Amino acid sequence: MSVKNLEELNPIQIDVLREIGNIGSGNAATSLSGMLSNTIDIGVPVVKTLEYEEVVDFLGGPENVVIGLLIRLSGDIKGMMMYILQSSFANVVLNTFYGKQLDDILNVDEMDKSAISEIGNIMAGSYVNAIAGLTGLTIDISPPSFCVDMVGAILSVPAIEFAQVGDRVIFIDDNFKISNDEIKSNMILIPEMESLSLLFNKLGVEI
Amino acid sequence: MSKVINVGIADLNVALAPDILATYALGSCVGICLFDKTKSIGGLAHIMLPLSTEAANPSENKRRYADTGIAELLALMKSKGANIQAVVAKIAGGAQMFATNSSVFNIGERNVNAVKKVLESYKIPIIAEQTGENYGRTVFFDSSTGLMQVKSASKNIIVV
Repeated sequence: MSVKNLEELNPIQIDVLREIGNIGSGNAATSLSGMLSNTIDIGVPVVKTLEYEEVVDFLGGPENVVIGLLIRLSGDIKGMMMYILQSSFANVVLNTFYGKQLDDILNVDEMDKSAISEIGNIMAGSYVNAIAGLTGLTIDISPPSFCVDMVGAILSVPAIEFAQVGDRVIFIDDNFKISNDEIKSNMILIPEMESLSLLFNKLGVEI
Repeated sequence: MSKVINVGIADLNVALAPDILATYALGSCVGICLFDKTKSIGGLAHIMLPLSTEAANPSENKRRYADTGIAELLALMKSKGANIQAVVAKIAGGAQMFATNSSVFNIGERNVNAVKKVLESYKIPIIAEQTGENYGRTVFFDSSTGLMQVKSASKNIIVV
C-alpha cells in the first residue's frame, strides 16, 4: 500500500505530520534564537494540507511580494521544501544581523540573500531533523535557492513540478515572537508520495 | 463599464468587448491571449505544463496543458462566434523563477516552446511575446483592443 496523494490522508496521518511540524518548529525556534542571539517565543504551529490556491490566498494573494527559498530533499525522503518569508521577517533578520533596514525586499543585495538563505537552511534543517529523529531515515537537503517575487509566481514552481501528485501541499504556519516583533514564517513541504509512504511505515502508521 | 474576468492557474476563459481578462502571477506557467479583431473576442488560457501527449500520466484537467488547453480555448471562442482564421496570439510567462544549474528543470522554457508549437499547428501567428527571464508576470488582456498589459513586481508595466 502507498499514499497516492495528499487529499486522501486520514486524521491519524495528519496528526503525525502535525507532530513533525511541532517538533520541527521547536527545533527552528531554538536555532533561530541562537543565530539571532535573542529570546524567541513560539506559538503552536498550524500544520495542514492545503491546495496551492489556498496557500496563495493565505500568504496575501498572488501578487504579494515575498521571499521564497527552494530546498530539495534527497536520500530516503525525496521532495521539495519551500520556505516563505514575508518582508517583516526578512527585515527583523537583517536588522538583527547587521543593523540593516530594508525599504523594500525587492532591493535585497547579495549579502542579504546569503543571510536570508542561511535562515532558510536552518529552518529546513529543523524540520528535516524532526523527521530523521523520529524515523531514523537519512535525508539530505540542498542549499536554498533564492527568489524574491510575487508569491503566486514562486509557488508555480512546485505546483508544476509536483503536478502529478496533486494540487495539495503540507503547509506549516509558524508564529514567532522576537523581542516585541510578531513574526510569521511558512514552510511548505511537498514530499514524493513514495517517501511519504515510507515515513508513515517507519512510524508504524497504517496507510 | 468593462468587467475583469479572472482566469486561475490551469484555467481559461473568453471575454467579449469591453471586458478584460486577467491572470495573476504567472511564474513558469504561460498565459496565452488569443484575439479575433474582427469580432472583438478575446480568450486567455493559463497553462502550467507542456504537451499532454508527453505526460506520463496525464491529468484529467485538460486546461493544464498547452495542447489541450489551447484546443479548448479555441473551441470556446468559436462557440462565441470567433473566426479562428482571424485569430492572433500574444503570450507571456514561462520564467525560470529559481536559478538552477540544470536546463532539464527549465520548465518555463519548455512551456513556451510547447505553446509556440501548438499555435503554429493552428497557423495562429504570435504577434507579441513577453516570456522567459526570471520574474513573475500578471497579465491583463483587453478584449476590445487586443492589448496585453504585463505587470511585474520590479519592472515597469509593458503594454503590447
